[in-house]
Amino acid sequence: MPLKRVIPCLDVDAGRVVKGTNFVGLRDAGDPVELAERYDAEGADELVFLDITASHESRETIVELARRTADNVFIPFTIGGGIRSVEDAQAVLDAGADKVSVNSAALARPELLSELADQFGAQCVVIAIDAKRDAEEPPTSSPTCAAPPGWFGGSWGVYVKGGRERVPGRDAVSWAREAVERGAGEVLLTSMDRDGTNDGYDLELTRAVADAVPVPVIASGGAGELSHLSDAIATGGADAVLCASIFHYGQHTVAEAKERLAADGIPVRH
Amino acid sequence: MGNLRSVEKALEHVDARAAIGADPDQVREADGLILPGVGAFPRAMERIRATGLDDLIHERAAAGTPILGICLGLQLLFERSEELGGAEGLGLLPGAVTMLDAPGLKVPNIGWAPVRWERPSPLVSGIPSGTPFYLVHSFVARVTAEDVLGTAEYGERFVCAVERDNVFGVQFHPEKSSAAGLRLLGNFAAKCGAKAPAAA
Repeated sequence: MPLKRVIPCLDVDAGRVVKGTNFVGLRDAGDPVELAERYDAEGADELVFLDITASHESRETIVELARRTADNVFIPFTIGGGIRSVEDAQAVLDAGADKVSVNSAALARPELLSELADQFGAQCVVIAIDAKRDAEEPPTSSPTCAAPPGWFGGSWGVYVKGGRERVPGRDAVSWAREAVERGAGEVLLTSMDRDGTNDGYDLELTRAVADAVPVPVIASGGAGELSHLSDAIATGGADAVLCASIFHYGQHTVAEAKERLAADGIPVRH
Repeated sequence: MGNLRSVEKALEHVDARAAIGADPDQVREADGLILPGVGAFPRAMERIRATGLDDLIHERAAAGTPILGICLGLQLLFERSEELGGAEGLGLLPGAVTMLDAPGLKVPNIGWAPVRWERPSPLVSGIPSGTPFYLVHSFVARVTAEDVLGTAEYGERFVCAVERDNVFGVQFHPEKSSAAGLRLLGNFAAKCGAKAPAAA
């Protein structure tokens, strides 16, 4: 089996890292490429850049980001945000990115996933899903009806616009399954409930999706300490863990994360 | 493809001068040749034949020029592949390329895997056996024992690095394998001499 992966995630707005500039020793802490080089040196297995530039001019900035990253960083990296077409994907892959991540564009037009997979191969296509737990009660529960078999904590809605808007008629597990059937080769699964909380990944969500799809799942949202990374893999069934603030704010290094995973018996590159 | 650009940049990073292209004069003058590659085997061979690059590569290989195949580029070194109905390869090395035998596992195999060196080689000098490299592949070369340089495990133990005289190939992506990959490319550049433009 491939080694389990630790993936720092960089949110980029207009070419600058948005959060996490608490690093010493960087010439320019807001430069995503310099931060990426640092993570590569520390042992990151891959990188994910999520462009959150609001404007429609974002394609230029992500292509430039991919080009500068490929010039300086020699591990696989994914670019997400602003990919809406095969042409958008082609531009960032040509610039040196290894994968593209799509989220709302695939929800708006699911065929995009097959188009990307046909053109570039499923290994280049990541479906990013922002999920939020729907309700405390199982959907069919009533005073006279117990939870249905297999119910273990609820269902998760699919959200767009930073978790502000629920996509009608979609739930995270079945959307993950459909996205993979359409051609996504990997699922980047973010718990909007846990994102930014430091309470740990949503292990039930991670497990539910990991059990539902035959491709790797990257757990995201909520890592606050290193044991959370091990939990996501050992309990959640994730193939990789995505982290942002735990690394950006200098709380832990990627190397420390790898050591912890190895100590917990998880095979990693270190 | 982005792969080409990444290989070029990684070579620059180890102070080798790289040129991308299939220009026959460039290929003739290069101190070393790198065959990168993403995509499907039959189409890649079609394009190599259409540009006459196959004869040129054979000529350079016979002249002792170091040649490194990366990923699909490694597979092209062999006699044939079964991918997409099958096709003839360059035939610089004996053997054929077939699907990974990994029952119950996802194919393509994507990710970092420890690579075991099966013998010493200038290509892997300074890189400990067991160092992980980054792989993305569905097919593997079935090679004669004396050409095996390195192996990795995915359902089966498969050959992921080959060497015969001046011909080298790696199934993994050194340009995406961080410091170890750069070291390997640097070793190849050193084998090519002081200046090391690479084409193909």
